[in-house]
Amino acid sequence: MIQQKQTPMREQPASERIHNFNEVPLGYSPDEAVQEAERCLQCPQEPCVKGCPVGIDIPQFIEHVKNREFAQAVSVIKADNALPAVCGRVCPQENQCQGVCTLSGKFDPVAIGRLERFCADWEGENEACCVDIEPDTGKRIAVVGAGPAGLTVAGEMRRRGHAVTIFELLHVAGGVLMYGIPEFRLPKDIVQREINALCEMGVEVEVNKVIGRTQTIQELLDGDFDAVFIGTGAGLPRFLGVPGESLNGVFSANEFLTRVNLMKAYRFPEYDTPIKIGERVVTVGGGNVAMDSSRTALRLGARESVIVYRRSEDELPARGEEVHHAKEEGIQFQLLSNPIEFIGENGNLKAIRCIRMELGEPDDSGRRRPVPIEGSEFEIEATTVVIAVGNGPHPLIPQSTPNLDLNRWGSIVADPETGLTSIPGVYAGGDIVTGAATVIEAMGAGKRAAVAMHAFLSTS
Amino acid sequence: MYRILKKQTLGPSIREYVIEAPDVARVGKAGQFIVLRLHEKGERIPLTIVECDPEAGSVTLVVQELGKSTLEMGDHFHEGDTILDFAGPLGEETEIKNFGTVICIGGGLGIAPLYPIARDLKKAGNEVIGIIGARNKELMFYEDRMAAVCDELIVMSDDGSHGTQGFVSDPLKKILESGRKIARVWAIGPAIMMKVCANVTRPFEVPTTVSLNSVMIDGTGMCGGCRVDVGGTAKFACVDGPEFDGHQVDFDLLMSRQGYYHDEESCSMDAYMAKNAEGAEQ
Repeated sequence: MIQQKQTPMREQPASERIHNFNEVPLGYSPDEAVQEAERCLQCPQEPCVKGCPVGIDIPQFIEHVKNREFAQAVSVIKADNALPAVCGRVCPQENQCQGVCTLSGKFDPVAIGRLERFCADWEGENEACCVDIEPDTGKRIAVVGAGPAGLTVAGEMRRRGHAVTIFELLHVAGGVLMYGIPEFRLPKDIVQREINALCEMGVEVEVNKVIGRTQTIQELLDGDFDAVFIGTGAGLPRFLGVPGESLNGVFSANEFLTRVNLMKAYRFPEYDTPIKIGERVVTVGGGNVAMDSSRTALRLGARESVIVYRRSEDELPARGEEVHHAKEEGIQFQLLSNPIEFIGENGNLKAIRCIRMELGEPDDSGRRRPVPIEGSEFEIEATTVVIAVGNGPHPLIPQSTPNLDLNRWGSIVADPETGLTSIPGVYAGGDIVTGAATVIEAMGAGKRAAVAMHAFLSTS
Repeated sequence: MYRILKKQTLGPSIREYVIEAPDVARVGKAGQFIVLRLHEKGERIPLTIVECDPEAGSVTLVVQELGKSTLEMGDHFHEGDTILDFAGPLGEETEIKNFGTVICIGGGLGIAPLYPIARDLKKAGNEVIGIIGARNKELMFYEDRMAAVCDELIVMSDDGSHGTQGFVSDPLKKILESGRKIARVWAIGPAIMMKVCANVTRPFEVPTTVSLNSVMIDGTGMCGGCRVDVGGTAKFACVDGPEFDGHQVDFDLLMSRQGYYHDEESCSMDAYMAKNAEGAEQ
């Protein structure tokens, strides 16, 4: 008899966790993991594997968990995914592996993400699983940007015996995993552990390296490197373009989260970077970044944290679990509303004027287009607002690389199968190609690019 | 890690650092900046490049100790010590060509980033008139360096303790009123000084470049904290600047944004002073 519901994961209670930055879900014990693994049917169709952007052999790793062969389970995952502790926490599994699980419907799907996290954390606490590395090929590749796409390419290429150097603009590797996703959702020690594992494989990481300025992509190719991968992400914050957006108290989500996550402003003044937080904080947007920002605001001491989103609850692009956690924590949702003006006093934000929206005909994305309702304007008092409506491509590499083909949004044009750009030997993947998407999609792109780069290096 | 090769005091709380950073030294140009972080708990501090020496692999910076981090740098980071992070060059370089006769104005710490611009403009064949000013004699620095690259150098101080008493905008106005043909003006210093200079040159329609030091985190276009209003559109000082057309900049907004963290800066400073006092007692 199969257990109908997923084995629950223990969590910090909402009333406690809104006062700290510690991780919210606490992980499975070995017994809980085995209990959940026993729910897997080991069905021959394996829809979950096809649902995984990096094609992890999910039934096989779950079988190992069921048999308490945790080290083998880790090896199976790591054969396809260099960052399992990250993916187990931040992947939108409901749209991927779990969304297509044979159990779905009458039963809960197998909690594949939780099991992946369990295995990765088990490895962190026990023995590190060795990754087999092919003999040195004598080829060198440069990876520009140490986010999910770049880290994946680095791991995949190193494993194939190539020498890999990652160049990172900021002072730590990890990209959005470090500056964007909050500690309470993805502890930075865990990200660091995954990066350390790559370094132990022999991947070199150089931080504070402004590629595009200190060296161009062409100079990397003309110099030490046989191929280059660009994974510089979608780092350019979008604003709404409404009046008053430069008032003090109006933050891009990037600034708000970077201050808190990368610079640890939540520990100011022990750490030097400050953050200012109002009694009521409004976050504009409905994606994961908006959930992260609004929940961060609560933890920084905001009395009320409100999400303003222009569509309805059904269209919220955030992971289900993030919306669920946000609601548990008391985040208020002002749906079908959109800011039209920020109102200030002496240069500081005082209130946000919004307009109510209704859903009209479906747009290009297939979602119903929000349309403003005339005469429905209203104001929300707030001294902090966080704009979380997406990011554009980071401009540094596109602007400094003359022969690189870009699309009309400034993203790099790359072959979806191989990641090859308009410059021979130069590959790209992740948000710099697709626009802002998910960690695992960037990793999938990195993996495909690594296959193509390896083929390219093997014939050149 | 980035070693401090040389450190010298230029005035009360003004110090010059020569830092080993070969990557930046190889390509850094006048007008660009770097971001440094002193230690693991430090903030990212943007500083404009004064000089790059590609052979020595070093970058020269001038730092005024106004807040906790810069004070800490002055107190605890000496020759031979290392700085944890140092990234650049960031921002767009100054447009250098032969314009004709140009005026380069530096106020206070702004003299430091102004110097390489004046130097390169001179090298490009311009007739360079320099105007530098400080609150008083003690706070004046780089007078000799500026004199070496300017055809004329006017020195001002607010209190008259050095050079002529008055503001840098006074001689600027005089020169423009004299009818002398000025092709371009650079004005770098406190926001209020740049605002006044831009207001002086506006009626004469002399293109005026200013360099903005707004609050920023990454310095690479990611946070948007440094956004400034230029000609009615939001620009990022870090990637679109730091130099902008002074006639288009909303200086009042810039000053308002620069002051946003005033309370936190005081808090940080107090904590640092208390810690230092504690250290001195032990």
